[in-house]
Amino acid sequence: MTSNPGRTGFVLLLLAILATLPLWMTSLYYVNIASQILFWAVFALGLNVLVGYGGLVSLGHAGLFGFSGYVAALLMVNGYSHAAALPAAIIGTLLMTAVFAALALRSTGISFLMITLALGQILWGIAYRWADVTRGDNGVNVAGRPSPFGIDLTEPRAFYVAVFITFILCLLSMLALVRSPYGASLRGTRDQPRRMRALGFNVWMIRFIAFLFSGFWTAVAGILFIYYNQFISPQVMALQTSAEALLMVISGGTATLAGPVVGAAIVVIMKNVVSAYVERWNMVLGIIFVLIISFMPEGLVPGTARLWRSMMGRRRAAKMPLGLKVAGEGSR
Amino acid sequence: MAVWSLLAVNSLSLGGLLFLLSAGFSLIFGLMRIPNLMHGSFFMLGAYLGASLLQRGYNFWFAALAASAAMVVIGGLVERLLLRRLAGQELAQVLLTLGLSFVIADLCLMIWTGDPIQPATPAQLGGGVRTLGMFFPIYRLAIIGIAVAIALGLWVLIDWTRLGAMIRAGVDDAPMARVMGIQVSRLFTAVFCIGAALAAFAGVMGSPFLSVYPGLDADMLPLALIVVILGGAGSLLGALVGSFIIGLLYNFGQAMFPDLAYVILFLPMVLVLILRPQGLLGRVQT
Repeated sequence: MTSNPGRTGFVLLLLAILATLPLWMTSLYYVNIASQILFWAVFALGLNVLVGYGGLVSLGHAGLFGFSGYVAALLMVNGYSHAAALPAAIIGTLLMTAVFAALALRSTGISFLMITLALGQILWGIAYRWADVTRGDNGVNVAGRPSPFGIDLTEPRAFYVAVFITFILCLLSMLALVRSPYGASLRGTRDQPRRMRALGFNVWMIRFIAFLFSGFWTAVAGILFIYYNQFISPQVMALQTSAEALLMVISGGTATLAGPVVGAAIVVIMKNVVSAYVERWNMVLGIIFVLIISFMPEGLVPGTARLWRSMMGRRRAAKMPLGLKVAGEGSR
Repeated sequence: MAVWSLLAVNSLSLGGLLFLLSAGFSLIFGLMRIPNLMHGSFFMLGAYLGASLLQRGYNFWFAALAASAAMVVIGGLVERLLLRRLAGQELAQVLLTLGLSFVIADLCLMIWTGDPIQPATPAQLGGGVRTLGMFFPIYRLAIIGIAVAIALGLWVLIDWTRLGAMIRAGVDDAPMARVMGIQVSRLFTAVFCIGAALAAFAGVMGSPFLSVYPGLDADMLPLALIVVILGGAGSLLGALVGSFIIGLLYNFGQAMFPDLAYVILFLPMVLVLILRPQGLLGRVQT
C-alpha cells in the first residue's frame, strides 16, 4: 500500500483519457462499449469487496444485480417516475442483500458460495416462473433514460458521462473503504477470523456491512444495465452472469482496485469480439476460467505487476501467494 | 384421492432420482471437500448419451450403464488431470468445475442442438399396476426401487466394508491414512468416479419424464445443492431424507402453487440454515 508517484500519475492519465473519451472518440459503437465496460466495472468492484477484501466468494450476485434492474424496470413500466423507481430499486436491493447476507453468513468458505448460488437461483426462478408479475421469459422493456438537469441521456455520449461519473464515485468509495480502519478489519476477518474475534471485533457484523456495501454498488450497476439495454430478462440473473462478474474480479486480480476494472474491460471486449465471430461465448468463458485457474491464479494485474517488478530489477524472492483466499474458521 | 396418491408416487420417484444425483454430490463435497459444480453437467451429459444410444435402438439398461461408464472415464480424467493439481484450493476447484460446466453445456448444445429429446419409457416397464382402485405407473415405482437399492448399497459400502473404512479414514485424517499404507488419492478418484456415474445413471433414468434439453444441468445442480444443504454434506442418510423432502415439495408445490413452486423448494433450505446450519443430519465441522 505504498504510494508510488509514477503509478499515481499513470492512473490519473488513464482516468483523464476515460473522462475525455466522448470528445475524441468519433464512433458511437466504441462509446457504447466503454459505457458497458464502466458499468460492469462498477458491478465487479462491488463484488470484489466481498470476494477480494472479505474472502467471501459469492455466486449469487447476478440475482441482486437483476433484482435491482427488475424493481426499477417494473416500477417504471407501471407508471412510476425515474426519481421514484431508482431509490426504490436501491433500497429494495439493499433489503434483499440483507436477507442474502443473513442466510449466507451462517457459514463461510465453500458453504457460503453454495448458499449464495442457491439464493441467486431463487431470484432467477422468481423472475423466470412468476410470469404474472415479471412477464417471465419475455422480459421487461424500459421506456427511456432519465434526463437529470435537463441533459438527455438517450444520447450515447451523455449516457457515457453519467456512467463515468458513477464509476468515479464507486472508485472513490472503494479507495475510502480500503484505506479506512474498517477496510483493514475486513481484511483481518478474511485472513485471521479467529484472531479478529479474540481481539474483540464483531466478525459477523464486519462481513454483514461488507455484503451491504457490495450490494449497494451491485444495485447501482443493475440500474445502469437496464438503462443501457432498455430491457431486462431472467437471463441476466442466471449463473452465467454471476460467473462472468466473478471472472472479471479474478482475471484482473482480487483485492486490488485496478483488477476488477481491468477484468471488466477484458471480459466486455472479449465478449463483443468473440460474439462477432462465433456463437460460442459460453464455451470461451469456460475455457478462460480453466486457463486462468490453471496458469495464472493470482490474476492478470498482480501477475503483470510481478513481471514488471522483476523486469525493473527489484526482484523479490517471495513467491506471490495465490490471489484466491477464502475466509474460513481456519483451525489449521 | 387418486390424484393425491399419484402425486405421492411422482414425488417419491423424483426424490429417488434426486438421491441418485445428490448422493455423489454429497460424497464428493462432504468427504473430499470438492465443491463439484459440474455435477449437473454429469447428469445432463449422461442423459444425452443415454438418449443417443436409445435412438440407435439399444436396450434401456445398456444405455444407462454405458452412459454411467462414460462418465466414470470423464470424471476420472477431470479429477486426475485437473482437480488433483488444485488439491486443497477449494475456490480454485469451484471455478474450474464451473468453467468446465459451461464448456460441457455448450458442447451439448453443439452436438444435440437446442431441441429437447424425450426418450420413451423402456417397454418392459411401461404401463402400470392397478391396486386399491388406483393406477400407478410401473416406471416410477421402478425408479423408487432402484434408488432405495442403490442407497442401501452405498450405505453398506461406506459403513460396512474395508473400502468404506479406508475412505472414511482418508477423509478424517489423510496424512495419517497415508502413513498406514492407504492410497488416499486413488480412493478419492474412485469416489469422484462413483459420484459422476451415479449422476449419469440418474440422468438416463430421469430422461423419460424430465426429457433432455439445454439447461437441464443448471436446473438440476441447484436441486442437488439444496438437497445437500438440507441433509448435511457428507451424510448419505441426509441426502436420502433431503431428496424425498424436495421431491414431495416439488410435486405438491407444482400442483398447488404452480407459479411459485420453484421458490417453495428453497424454503426448507432457508429454515435449515437458520435453525441448523450444518444440515439435518450433518456433522459439525471441527
